[in-house]
Amino acid sequence: MSPTAAMLLPMAEDESHFPPDPSLFWQPLVKFGTVDLFGSEMTLAITRPMVILALTVGLLSWWLVATTRKAAIVPSKGQAGTEAVYNFVRNGIARDMIGSRDFLPFVPFLFTMFVLILFNNWMGIIPPVQMPTMGRIGFPIALTLLVYVVYHWIGVKKHGAIGYFKFMLPSGLPGWIKPAILALEMLTFFVTRPLTLALRLFGNMFAGHLLLVVFIIGGWELFLQGGLLSVVSLPAWIMAFAMTVFEALVQFLQAYVFVLLAASYIGGALVDEH
Amino acid sequence: MQLTASTLTAVPVVTAAGSDDPEATALPILPYLPELIFGLVAFGILYWVVAKYVVPNLEKAYAERTAAIEGGMQQAEKAQEEAEAALREYKAQLAEARDEAARIREEAKEQGASIIAEMREQAQAEANRITESATKQIEAERQQAVVSLRSDVGKLSTDLASKIVGESLEDQTRQSGIVDRFLAELEAGNVRPEVVGSPSDGSAGAEGQGN
Repeated sequence: MSPTAAMLLPMAEDESHFPPDPSLFWQPLVKFGTVDLFGSEMTLAITRPMVILALTVGLLSWWLVATTRKAAIVPSKGQAGTEAVYNFVRNGIARDMIGSRDFLPFVPFLFTMFVLILFNNWMGIIPPVQMPTMGRIGFPIALTLLVYVVYHWIGVKKHGAIGYFKFMLPSGLPGWIKPAILALEMLTFFVTRPLTLALRLFGNMFAGHLLLVVFIIGGWELFLQGGLLSVVSLPAWIMAFAMTVFEALVQFLQAYVFVLLAASYIGGALVDEH
Repeated sequence: MQLTASTLTAVPVVTAAGSDDPEATALPILPYLPELIFGLVAFGILYWVVAKYVVPNLEKAYAERTAAIEGGMQQAEKAQEEAEAALREYKAQLAEARDEAARIREEAKEQGASIIAEMREQAQAEANRITESATKQIEAERQQAVVSLRSDVGKLSTDLASKIVGESLEDQTRQSGIVDRFLAELEAGNVRPEVVGSPSDGSAGAEGQGN
């Protein structure tokens, strides 16, 4: 089985493998054997989502550089398209969430985040790939880790290590409630935020992909049954089409929400007072 | 169909191979470490491209665009200022011209009034002069008439008297003295035009007339 063939046939499933299970997302293309990691066995492999991610990074780099290399006052069509996305992140997300005073240094970070997530999410419905990279939790965790480091870093840089914890506490609280509130705030800052950020993106992409597989492969299974069941495959595929359109929206929305929240965390760490 | 069947059977090879693979049965919520690291690297590469090539170019274009728009606005502002200055100057000139016109009109009015007054004065003076000279002339003529009348009356009286009394009063000196005395008396009112020959004084004459 060549890697290309696997990429071209992401939805293909054996009859015995319906309904689809999470092992659907494990698609190693090249295996290098196994290593021992903290007492448990781990396969070393180049997986299909990794290839898709590399592909999107390459395409995005090429497109972004090609359209902005000769950025002019009067934009070309390509530049106008890139500018529309760039403006959306720069003014619609970064400036609104962080404030016009400090937002500019974070624009490259947020813009990269947005285009990378959006393109990879849409890879879940773009043929022949049809595999959302973010359905593998390693990638959302990687991106969340970056956001996590960035907003804590700038928070500590602005308020100081001790000041950062003091900053978490809203002012004007009675003394006895302060420890409880600090515990809650720390839970929010260090656990809830990264956990929800990563899981929201992962969960949406994972579930969305499973949903599409159910309708598309399910339709195929029905079609193979012959007779009356073959006719039922038609509504299943219509449903699959509707779900694909719906997924396109969800995939955009998740990219937007991820970047919006990242910007809000950064903006929250930069405010002067709670 | 043949193709579909072969491909359908081809895929389970992967999953079948993965069935004894610990990753295939791993919880989907646990990250596959190579993917996590690969994700970090991939993001890093794209971030480097975006931060180094894409964003600076776009921001430069934005700055240039802002500058171009602001430059255009400044130019328009300058033009408007110039136009306003020209209008102000024009209005000032107009007001000045109006003031001058009013001043000239006022001056002309004053001058006219003074000319009229002067002319009136001149006419008055002329009239006065004419009146005076006429009066003088009349007086002179009257004097002349009086003198000539006196000599005529004197001569006539003398002639009349000489004719009446038959006495020739040829002596010029005597004649002149008598006439002069008579005339003086006449002027003094002592002589009344009476019936010649009635010897009476003034009062008697008056009484006689009153009777």
